Amino acid sequence: MNHTRGIVLAFGLAVSLSALGARAALAQEQEIPPKQHWSFAGPFGLYDPAQLQRGFKIYKEVCSNCHSIKLLAFRNLADPGGPGFTEAQAAAIAAGYQITDGPNDQGEMFQRSGKLADHFPPPFPNDQAARAALGGKLPPDMSVLAKARSVERGFPWFIFDAFTQYQEDGPDYIHAILNGYEDHPPAGVTLPPGAEYNKYFPGHAIGMPKPLNDGQVQYTDGTPMTVDQYGRDVAAFLMWVAEPTLDARKRLGFQVFVFLIVLSGLLYFTKRMVWYEVKHQS
Amino acid sequence: MSEHSAYRPQSAFMQWLERRLPIAGLVHSSFIVYPTPRNLNYWWTFGGILSFMLGVQIITGIVLAMHYTPHVDYAFNSVESIMRDVNYGWLLRYLHANGASFFFIAVYAHIIRGMYYGSYKEPREVLWILGVILFLLMIVTGFMGYVLPWGQMSFWAATVITNLFSAFPVVGDPVVTWLWGGYAVGNPTLNRFYSLHYLLPFIIAGVVVLHIWALHMVGQNNPTGVEPKTPKDTVAFTPYATVKDAFFIAVFCLFYAWFVFYIPNYLGHSDNYIMANPGQTPTHIVPEWYYLPFYAILRAIPSKLLGVCALLASILLLAFLPWLDTSRVRSANYRPLFRQFLIVWFLVVIGLGYLGSQPPEGGYVIAARVLTAYYFIFLLIILPLLGLFEKTKPLPNSISEAVLREGLPAGASAPPPGGARG
Repeated sequence: MNHTRGIVLAFGLAVSLSALGARAALAQEQEIPPKQHWSFAGPFGLYDPAQLQRGFKIYKEVCSNCHSIKLLAFRNLADPGGPGFTEAQAAAIAAGYQITDGPNDQGEMFQRSGKLADHFPPPFPNDQAARAALGGKLPPDMSVLAKARSVERGFPWFIFDAFTQYQEDGPDYIHAILNGYEDHPPAGVTLPPGAEYNKYFPGHAIGMPKPLNDGQVQYTDGTPMTVDQYGRDVAAFLMWVAEPTLDARKRLGFQVFVFLIVLSGLLYFTKRMVWYEVKHQS
Repeated sequence: MSEHSAYRPQSAFMQWLERRLPIAGLVHSSFIVYPTPRNLNYWWTFGGILSFMLGVQIITGIVLAMHYTPHVDYAFNSVESIMRDVNYGWLLRYLHANGASFFFIAVYAHIIRGMYYGSYKEPREVLWILGVILFLLMIVTGFMGYVLPWGQMSFWAATVITNLFSAFPVVGDPVVTWLWGGYAVGNPTLNRFYSLHYLLPFIIAGVVVLHIWALHMVGQNNPTGVEPKTPKDTVAFTPYATVKDAFFIAVFCLFYAWFVFYIPNYLGHSDNYIMANPGQTPTHIVPEWYYLPFYAILRAIPSKLLGVCALLASILLLAFLPWLDTSRVRSANYRPLFRQFLIVWFLVVIGLGYLGSQPPEGGYVIAARVLTAYYFIFLLIILPLLGLFEKTKPLPNSISEAVLREGLPAGASAPPPGGARG
């Protein structure tokens, strides 16, 4: 008896000690982005259309100069659970873009204005063109960026996350990056040429110059025009771009839960009734 | 109530059919009057849950296959198109991706139950070996499925795992080239993985039929490990087991729905939302969570060849459990030492899973080696010796006696094995 307890204790100790050491090493490596409040967090959280519209404005005016969103179509802007543009508004936005189409009957590619069915045209025709224009740097496509970035949570936090439904580490990270620029890197840190110092970027040397400054994008609804607010709005927009069916998912999820809880309850009492005679015979 | 009543067709049509194809009689004897021990606890519901999950995976998978494009240039975007443009495509994909995880949760629970109650012992050896074959098929199927979305983790997991075969001398490199269908993981690899990922679930379904057939030959084990002796020890499969299985499948679905609807990407890796890029290796390549213990064993061994052998042995050894375990007593409830060593072994496997998710450096490597050593020492040394030296508790004469002695309602609320007897 006692020796098996000893074994358990020894294993537990070995694992936790090594884990502790590695946690400490990891903590030095990466700053943890502060958690933000998101309207779409939690079991009933849905997107805030006004916030998505503000985020779209930032994307259109700032991000889209370098970053593509190839998987987003103009028609998506009018989809339910999105930024809530009307179909006419979405068509007007589409008409503002020039799309390369073709080949036509003469075998030529041609330019025409965008339609609802078109996808957002990328700022560069290909990756090589992007690199050539941006000093060798390739801005990632933003279609699923908010789900492609995460925060290393580590033990035991990753277990709590399953219960608290924390799924917003991607948007938290994007917000943190936009707010993590520092004019002067800490003493002793030298950056490669063309890089800037970002507190939250892995390795801290980020190729993207600080994209947003206070007051840069005009809001007409009285929302504060700060980098903090811009970061939240554009991160929410990018989350919607990455997961446009979140609202539908959470709504259906609640219905499924109500159904399954009722079903489980009925089956439980059916089971008790069926087993009653077995329980009370012998 | 559990006496075998022969099937007597009522209607003229069923009588006509029964003389030509006795399928209704087969269903009657296998799923209606089939006697099941009356003291089964909820750990015995995972067989039904696994059948249910296999059905969910096949149905969602067939629909997903209608919308998926197995080509290196289109696979990633076709999955995203399922998420965006296919009606309820997001639901199908999240059900399928999380379904794989819940399939493995259920199979691990099923294996834990089998090991704790000694379900692999005589006369259930073939039943157990078929189970290990099913587990292996699940591992291969799950791995190939993970490659299909063609994200960064898909690509690099495929590269790392197929490369393991290169550890074998002489045949290694030709085998890897043959698996890839080229000199690197590429379009031919993706195509064959897709083809096999569609094929293997049906092979799994076939082996499941054999598994259930073998089960119905030897009958179910039970928490006492004592075979049913009189009709008082058993109840009919329907309604007793069916209603209990149905209840627990519904509870399992609640757990499953929590992940599908609220945290669908929790069990995935964010890097798999980046399209596969052979020119850029991710910082840490990690497999899906259900392979992590085996991945930790692989990396714990300094030599690549020995690591691959240890990885294979860690799974294949399970097939030999009926002979590695020399004790004649089945249930851990009557084997105090075995029970403790086994629970430590389960904890060690969880520990290995955690270590498999961490970078292979420093203390993690040392811990993984210690835990790997216990994994094999338990199977190869402790198990055979325990049977010779362990003093077991007296077994009840029958299931009914055990039920009465325990003073618990039969089956209805038997506690889980972990807390059954402190």
